[in-house]
This record gives sequence, structure tokens and C-alpha cells, in this order.
Amino acid sequence: MATYSTNEFKAGLKIMIDADPCAIIENEFVKPGKGQAFSRVKIRNLKTGRVIERTYKSGESVEGADVIDIEMQYLYTDGEFWHFMVPDTYEQYQADKNAVIEAMKWLKDQDICTMTLWNDVPLSIIPPNFVELSITETDPGLKGDTSGGGGKPATLETGAVVRVPLFVQIGEVIKVDTRSGDYVGRVKS
Amino acid sequence: MSKHSWQPSCTIKELQKRAQMLALIRDFFAKNNVLEVETPLLCQATGTDPQLDFFTSTYQQSPFEKKLFLQTSPEFAMKRLLAAGSGSIYQICKAFRNGEQGRFHNPEFTLLEWYRIEFNLNQLMDEVASLICTLLEPKLVIKKVIKITYATLFFQKTGLNPLEYKPHLYKKYALSHAIPEAISLCEHNHDLWLDFIFSHHIQPTLIGEQIYLVHSYLASQASLARINADDPAIADRFEVFVNGIELGNGFFELADEAEQTLRFEQEIAFRKTNNRPLVSKDCRFLAALKAGLPDCCGVAIGLDRLLMLSTANVAIDDVLAFPLDRA
Repeated sequence: MATYSTNEFKAGLKIMIDADPCAIIENEFVKPGKGQAFSRVKIRNLKTGRVIERTYKSGESVEGADVIDIEMQYLYTDGEFWHFMVPDTYEQYQADKNAVIEAMKWLKDQDICTMTLWNDVPLSIIPPNFVELSITETDPGLKGDTSGGGGKPATLETGAVVRVPLFVQIGEVIKVDTRSGDYVGRVKS
Repeated sequence: MSKHSWQPSCTIKELQKRAQMLALIRDFFAKNNVLEVETPLLCQATGTDPQLDFFTSTYQQSPFEKKLFLQTSPEFAMKRLLAAGSGSIYQICKAFRNGEQGRFHNPEFTLLEWYRIEFNLNQLMDEVASLICTLLEPKLVIKKVIKITYATLFFQKTGLNPLEYKPHLYKKYALSHAIPEAISLCEHNHDLWLDFIFSHHIQPTLIGEQIYLVHSYLASQASLARINADDPAIADRFEVFVNGIELGNGFFELADEAEQTLRFEQEIAFRKTNNRPLVSKDCRFLAALKAGLPDCCGVAIGLDRLLMLSTANVAIDDVLAFPLDRA
């Protein structure tokens, strides 16, 4: 794998830190007027999701991480693994619970998501920004109540729970923003 | 940013603020009888500071070729004017530092540098504070000027005594303050430890409506300052900080030719052992010191950063017409 000098550091670059693949979020050039220059980076550990800061001597080289993002279609889960497929090549990948933990509550068969692979092993899954899921459980609210305030919890077919307006009923399909977990609207069938 | 973005990266308002700032500075020095001078940007010699990378260019007058440096600071040339009897002088000019780019750095930037004959460091610090206050208003109204020694500040903020290198204490500090990488990065280089901790944990705390004048740096970080006459462990040097940003650096100027030669030689030797680009001593500057530099204090202020503060911007690119990527 290639190495990168601190001069090449920029947001999105994937490097190895303490034997874990990490993505640079932010890089700051720090230099005392008289003295050594440093690169202070904010990085996300792609295995744990933790964000930490790390300093390098300016000009130092760091090993790159073989990490790529690929669009994949979610197929099914057997309880232990979650199975995905690259639509163009039909190549299949199975991800373990650690990799899908953030995404699993939004995953519906056939949906296209982004898989992050490290040395060809699934590291994490990013669900689509918007998903359309049907409601399996919610309190029957007052019919015709269109006032915004309050809302109520609703359980979706994937198990996720989101707040929806009172007028939304069981069986309806709604659109949800997976980045915030917010209800966006009803989907007309 | 598109590939061929032609527009300036700052707004027209920042251009106007810059022009106002320059007018205020010229007015300030005119009132104080400090002479404005110009010295070359292209020079035959340059500084030896191993932490400063320079740009070089080639002067061609066939069949002759000459290597010329873009100055990293106008310091040597201005001291030659002082030695020639100019009296107190100032200059507003561009300076160039290779490889320095970031939120607070552009490789080409604007410096205000001035020298005051027969000023002591304290008088110069007062003048720096007074000028900076004027230039920051009305956006930032300074309520307090804090003068503090490097050692006191360092100890207050970290509990470490910077004058004494005790490896286990520095290690312990690194481990308990989430900078474990400092241990392998700094190894047993005391100055590197100090730079690391100061720039990461001390400088960012120098904020509020205050000017921090940090003085009495360690002798090992004297740069071009005199070693203190009463305490050989410290140098007569200060730095000025506002809002966590380093704005400038001042010295009671070293005038001793022999000591200056020695410092040049040490830095050249460091460059050699660390495979940094080689430079030779500036002989014209040394000759000027030999002829006699009057006792004086001098300071350099980064005007782009000052403009950032006086316009409440967060990056140097916000106050430059064309930073490197658009130059």
C-alpha cells in the first residue's frame, strides 16, 4: 500500500493508525513562528467509529489504508451475517454484526447502500440517505389531526422506531432520513 | 472551487479593510518618527533557520547565472540599514516560506517589521500592544494586555517547568493529556516537546479580549535575540498572541558578530545532518554587525492574520485576494 506524506493529508484520505484503518476528517497545519511544523489531524477510526486527534511531524510519511467504498444491494440476513451483492458483478459479500450495527435498522431487501471495504473485508455499511418503510405498529391517532406538534412513535418493518405525525397509520409507507432518523413524509402508493 | 476560479477568495470589504489597515500603520509610524524603508525580496543570501524552507529562483544574464532567494523575512537587510545609521525603521513587505500552507499560513504573506533604536523589550512590547489594539478595533476591543514569561505561562497551563527537562514528567503529561504520540515524535528533544505542548495545549488557550505578550523564551529558542544579561537560561525574545493566533515575534536584537556567526554555523550544521537544503552565512549582514548594530529591539507582525482578527474571519484565505491555489 502507498504511503502518504503529511503534505498530502486532506479530508477523506484513508490511513493506518495503530494498525486500524482511519479516515481523515480534518487536517490542520500547526507551526510555531520559530520551531517545528506539525500536522494535527482529526480522524475517524473506521473500525470503531471513534473520532480522535493525532499529530505528525510535518513531512512525515504514513501508511495508507486499503479502504474503498462500493455501492451494494442488500440481499438478506441469516441472523449471523448480512449478505450484500455488487449489482454489476454479482459478487457477494457477507458482513458481520459489527459492520452493520449502525445501518441494520434501516436495511430493507433490494435497497442500495454503500459498503466500506478494508482489504476486501466489510468494515461498515452506510444506508441510503432516504428509505421508504411501512409502519407495523403505532397508536391510532386522531383522524384528521394535521397539527404538527407532538407526534407519536411508530415502529417500522425493519424494527426502527421514528417519530411520526399523529395522522399516520399502521400499514402506511413513510420516507425517513437515515442520517437524522427523521420522518420526511408519507409515500403515496 | 472550480479549476479555473478567477475571482478573489476574499470579498471587496476585506480589500478595503486591508487598505485601511495599511493607512493606519503608516500613520502610526509617521507620528512616531519611524522611517518607512524598502529592501529586496530577491536576495543573494537568506536565513539559516532550519525550520524555515525558502524559495529559490535563478537570475539569468547570459552567460552568467545566479541563485537568488525569495526572502523569508527582511530582517538582515533592515539590520544593515540600522548599522548604516538609518535610525528607527519599518517596512511592510511580502515574505515567502516554502511548504507553509494551512488555515493560518500562505507561503507568500505580508509582514510588518520594525526596529526601534534604544528601545528595550518592554517598551517595544508596549508599542506592539498599542498598535495592535488600534488595528483590531472596532471588531475586537482589547480589554487587557497580559505580559507573562514563557516559563510562568507554561507552568500555569501544564504544571511543567519548561526550563528543566525531566523526561518522565513530560511523558506523564503526554499520556494524561491525550497526546501519547508526542512521546515517540519528540523523543528526547526538549525543544520539540516544548513546541509540541505549547502549540497544541497552550497557544489555543490564549483567547478572549486580551493581547498576550509572552516573553523570556528559553535560550535554546533565542533565534536572533540576545541572551538575557542577568539569566543565561533565557533569551530577550517575545511573541504576541490574540485569540489563540500567533501574530508576531520580537527580539532585543543580537548585535554580536561572533555569536551570530556561531549561531549560523550551528544551524548550517543542523541542516547538513538533517538533509535540509544548504545555505551559507549572509556575509554582508555579518559585516554590518561587525561595523556595529546600534542597540535596538525589533518585531515582525503577520498582517494577514491581524486582518483575519479585525474582520472576524477564521482562515487566512478569507482575507487574501489570491491565496496560493488561486495565485
